[in-house]
Amino acid sequence: MEILKPAMAGTLESSDAQVTVEPGEGGVTLELHSSVMNQYGRQIKATVLETLERLGVDNVRVTVVDKGALDCTLKARVECAVYRSCDMSQANIPWGGVIR
Amino acid sequence: MIPRPKPERFRLRRTMIFMSAQKPGLIKDAYIYGVDSIMLDLEDAVAENQKDAARFSLYHALKTIDYGDTEVIVRINGLDTPHWQEDIRVCVAGGADGIRIAKCESANDVRTVEAAVEAAEREFGVEVGRTLLMAALESPKGILNAYEICAASDRMFGVAISGGDFRKCMQTTFQRDGIDMVTARGMMLMAARAAGIQCFDTVFTNLDDAEGFEAEVRQNKAMGFDGKSLINPKQIRLVHEVFAPTEKEVIQAEKIVRAYREQSAAGVGVFTVDGKMIDIAFIPGAERTLRLARACGMYEGDLV
Repeated sequence: MEILKPAMAGTLESSDAQVTVEPGEGGVTLELHSSVMNQYGRQIKATVLETLERLGVDNVRVTVVDKGALDCTLKARVECAVYRSCDMSQANIPWGGVIR
Repeated sequence: MIPRPKPERFRLRRTMIFMSAQKPGLIKDAYIYGVDSIMLDLEDAVAENQKDAARFSLYHALKTIDYGDTEVIVRINGLDTPHWQEDIRVCVAGGADGIRIAKCESANDVRTVEAAVEAAEREFGVEVGRTLLMAALESPKGILNAYEICAASDRMFGVAISGGDFRKCMQTTFQRDGIDMVTARGMMLMAARAAGIQCFDTVFTNLDDAEGFEAEVRQNKAMGFDGKSLINPKQIRLVHEVFAPTEKEVIQAEKIVRAYREQSAAGVGVFTVDGKMIDIAFIPGAERTLRLARACGMYEGDLV
């Protein structure tokens, strides 16, 4: 998927994460802020990158402000931000396909 | 991925708690409260511009979190919104146990949802008929059509009234004695019983009024409701206490079921237990009491 415009999903509430995606400059760059950086920073980064790869996103600037989100929440927020950036978030989502 | 067991159309549903599907902090550990059913909400608890995000969050919660024995129902957006079809797709794909139809007004509304659910079951390779349905009645028209709604589908397990919208339509407000909704509750209960499905009361929204809450729950039980919709975990315990059978009722139910099995095996249809006439008409009620007692930890026998 190609990031067409900046888009955001998620909140700054506890157990959530706010994910912003913007068109990249020829690759994936990730900026991560987390309240649990020391314990889970590496895992959060891996989850975000895996999700982007699954969606076929290879040109993006992504910013994650994590407030202790579970993996399933991180995935949901990254996916929603990417689909919003393509104006495809409202209907016909491939549940169980690329979203899994 | 947590595969959920096939949903049971009739199970114990004393308490059903609403939680916004858009709030990870709520839905990640909703099973710890010991509630019978959780109601993940895509409708009123989710802002109009977050409907899409709530679905992604719901999908991964359904697929990842082990809710154990807690039933997982999803409240979808009304049929007059652009959201309900995608709501149904995500519920079915995620494997929700059931769907609550908001603002239901006719059997046709149920059939419209049922058709979309069946299409989604085929699309996602889910067993056709797996996903249960319940309807929320929120208007006078919904109440007047309660029986046709209750009887509209084999997937229907229950019906609930939604007090906020209903009181607005009727130009009334919450009354401590329940007079504002007594007719609607009675009509809905009768329709549900006639159709053989369960019936649930509306939420009690004033969390500071413990006395008013208890009075309403006791009235619910006296009227014959199966359970109540809740907005806060602190409301669960009282409903479970009020809906629990008394020790005397459990002993009586056990005697009735045991005697019935013995007598019917011997070819006797009507008999007495403790001086009261008993026949087959008493058995479903007695068995229900024993199931309720088992859920409340009061019965450990093998009759149910």
